[in-house]
Amino acid sequence: MDYGYGLIGIFILFGIVFVIFTIFFAGLLRPQRPNKTKLENYECGEAPMGGAWIQYNVGFYIYALIFVIFDVEVVFLFPWAVAFKQLGLFALIEMLIFIAILIAGLAYAWKKGALTWES
Amino acid sequence: MLELTGIIQWVGGIVTSISNSLGLPQIIIDIILILLIAVAIFAFLMLMALYLIWMERKVSGHIQDRLGPMMTGWHGWAQTIADALKLLQKEDIIVANADRKVHYWAPIVVFTACFAVYAVIPFGKGMLAADVNIGILYILSITTFTTLSLLMAGWASNNKYALLGGMRSASQIISYEVPLTLSILGVVMMAGTLSMGKFVELQGPYIWKWYVWPQFIGFCIYLIASTAELNRTPFDLPEAEQELVAGFNIEYSGMKFAMFFLAEFLNMFTVGAVTTTLFLGGWNPPLPALAFIPSWVWFLGKSLFIVFVIMWFKWTYPRLRVDHLLSFAWKVLLPISFINIILTAIGITIF
Repeated sequence: MDYGYGLIGIFILFGIVFVIFTIFFAGLLRPQRPNKTKLENYECGEAPMGGAWIQYNVGFYIYALIFVIFDVEVVFLFPWAVAFKQLGLFALIEMLIFIAILIAGLAYAWKKGALTWES
Repeated sequence: MLELTGIIQWVGGIVTSISNSLGLPQIIIDIILILLIAVAIFAFLMLMALYLIWMERKVSGHIQDRLGPMMTGWHGWAQTIADALKLLQKEDIIVANADRKVHYWAPIVVFTACFAVYAVIPFGKGMLAADVNIGILYILSITTFTTLSLLMAGWASNNKYALLGGMRSASQIISYEVPLTLSILGVVMMAGTLSMGKFVELQGPYIWKWYVWPQFIGFCIYLIASTAELNRTPFDLPEAEQELVAGFNIEYSGMKFAMFFLAEFLNMFTVGAVTTTLFLGGWNPPLPALAFIPSWVWFLGKSLFIVFVIMWFKWTYPRLRVDHLLSFAWKVLLPISFINIILTAIGITIF
């Protein structure tokens, strides 16, 4: 009984259908009486000042950029890790060089202050 | 009949024989069986979520020297059911200037992402729904959708607190994703596979074959990083009741809010289950002599123990500041996990 990815696909569909159904089903039970004040954004009881879709602290994006670099490198490490026992010493040395380059990148980002949160 | 494998095969046999007598094609029988598996796991997860929410309240209560819910049923066991019924009747408020489509899809994505993981979790001997050969990679990729959904929820609400919570959770989850993935790499190197079923087989039957011993650093990094991925204290900046008044889900009410809540607790169990599979021997008993206790009991026991440890963290540590949190991921956990990989590689080559 091994269905592999078909089963995963059914699981994903099942999750989506369940949530849509639950929200729909709750819609039959719950009250629906919106008014202007109720539909206002919450801002600690005050009337909201302007929208929230504004320019944002650039610090978040720097972390996102470093993440993309490192996560792609880590994905490269996965096939190596799976086959590591068969590849022997050559693979070890080669991957040590690869990780050394990664660590050099980390050290560079660290020195440049990309890892420091600026407020 | 304590092992559930027999029951699963029995049900499968009944379905197959009924469909055969009706003359249905093989593909329909397969789909019916898959749906049965999905429904069974779903029912189990719903019960588990109800129990986990009760457990969280009880654990937090007893750690703070109070009792937790006591009124509904014996020691408040029905409290979560009452809460769920209450949430079902709550009005669904979508604020006027929200992005309605994204607002609607965020709870769907968060729940689906955490439910789809369970297709590859080995619950017990012969209780793995889909033994795909890249199991752990699939789990890593599908759990990342949580980031997306939190960001969707934060953005769609058009609320400053919500957006700040969403942004914080995104930066936090992606920062801790890197050490988390690297900590798993050590186990992958030792096992030489990515399949969840194989991990468990390789760790039997003795306790000293569990990967937690050779990969203890990896185990600690995994536990810390996944606590951060769960947005739980001491890393609960995205929710931070005192400053962000609940963060990304502030504009959600009723069933949509319940989905975020449900997903949070299911993700906690996911972390317990994955930790158990990777480091604690999965459904293997510690010694072959203890194999008379069914495998799924071992699995649940170990997973719930990890869940308890995560709850224990929550009620023990204060919240970190955002700069401390991010520099801890990049400047402490990441170098340690690189060292762990290098040590593991050298160790495997020598021995």
